[in-house]
Amino acid sequence: MFDLTGRTALVTGASGGIGGAIATALHAAGATVALSGTREGPLRDLAATLGERAHVVPANLSDAQAASGLVKDAAAAMGSVDILVNNAGITRDNLFMRMSDDEWQQVMDVNLTGVFRLSRAALRPMMKARWGRIVNITSVVGATGNPGQGNYAAAKAGLVGMSKSLAYEVASRGITVNCVAPGFIATPMTDSLTDDQKGRILSQIPAGRMGAPEEIAAAVLYLASPEAGYITGATLHVNGGMAMI
Amino acid sequence: MSDIADRVKKIVVEHLGVEEDKVVESASFIDDLGADSLDTVELVMAFEEEFGIEIPDDAAETIQTVGDAVTFIKGAV
Repeated sequence: MFDLTGRTALVTGASGGIGGAIATALHAAGATVALSGTREGPLRDLAATLGERAHVVPANLSDAQAASGLVKDAAAAMGSVDILVNNAGITRDNLFMRMSDDEWQQVMDVNLTGVFRLSRAALRPMMKARWGRIVNITSVVGATGNPGQGNYAAAKAGLVGMSKSLAYEVASRGITVNCVAPGFIATPMTDSLTDDQKGRILSQIPAGRMGAPEEIAAAVLYLASPEAGYITGATLHVNGGMAMI
Repeated sequence: MSDIADRVKKIVVEHLGVEEDKVVESASFIDDLGADSLDTVELVMAFEEEFGIEIPDDAAETIQTVGDAVTFIKGAV
């Protein structure tokens, strides 16, 4: 099951906790992976850990040119991009009434527009190959909302609508487009929360614990696999029961 | 038939899986050859690759028939 031998995968945001776990899982299933992110150091460390079949392709996705350039770089390194995992994302949290245009726009640029541009660039070879997988990492807050994250929740919800529309267009070409929506996952980002904050979060999670990055990676691996060829336009929620939607 | 027209025909036959004798200059990709809108995008991509040219989106929209494609490509190569 879930053998990706001979497949190539580009993972954005691979320097982060979840992105690193996704790249590791795809690589373990046999895929050649291209690791992208803004911080080259952690990408190099991860590539060194993975060993063969791992390439580093840094990019800053807030730059319009960088997105299409990234797909080209990844294809040059690996020969193709069969699987695109749009995991890169940023937060610029603020109460809605205090949110600046800049905070709104930065999140839209990377989390929504960046995914649009990357997916568009990756589609052409996927169409020709009659096979492709696009997996977009969204968030539970895209479905539930979250105070202080109006920009982030809007971008993540936007990804769901975008993914479904694209899924319609390319389904007949063997390309699936799906979302994975993590709940609260233990990463360096959540480590910085206070015990009080963590306690409040955990009280809303039926599973009684935060998720592990590997649990998101497993969902991505499934959707990227040949076995998931009949699943498209779906959002797989991985949140410990926090929102049953 | 020029070389370009032959190559265009071949791409259309292969891509749309239609009979060669139906691929005449006046044939519309969508109305006569059963292409959907995504097929036309893919045809343009295939033409770009075959002839090493760039077909901008506004030009691609004007390419409705086999003859349109041949005419455009002749002007572009």
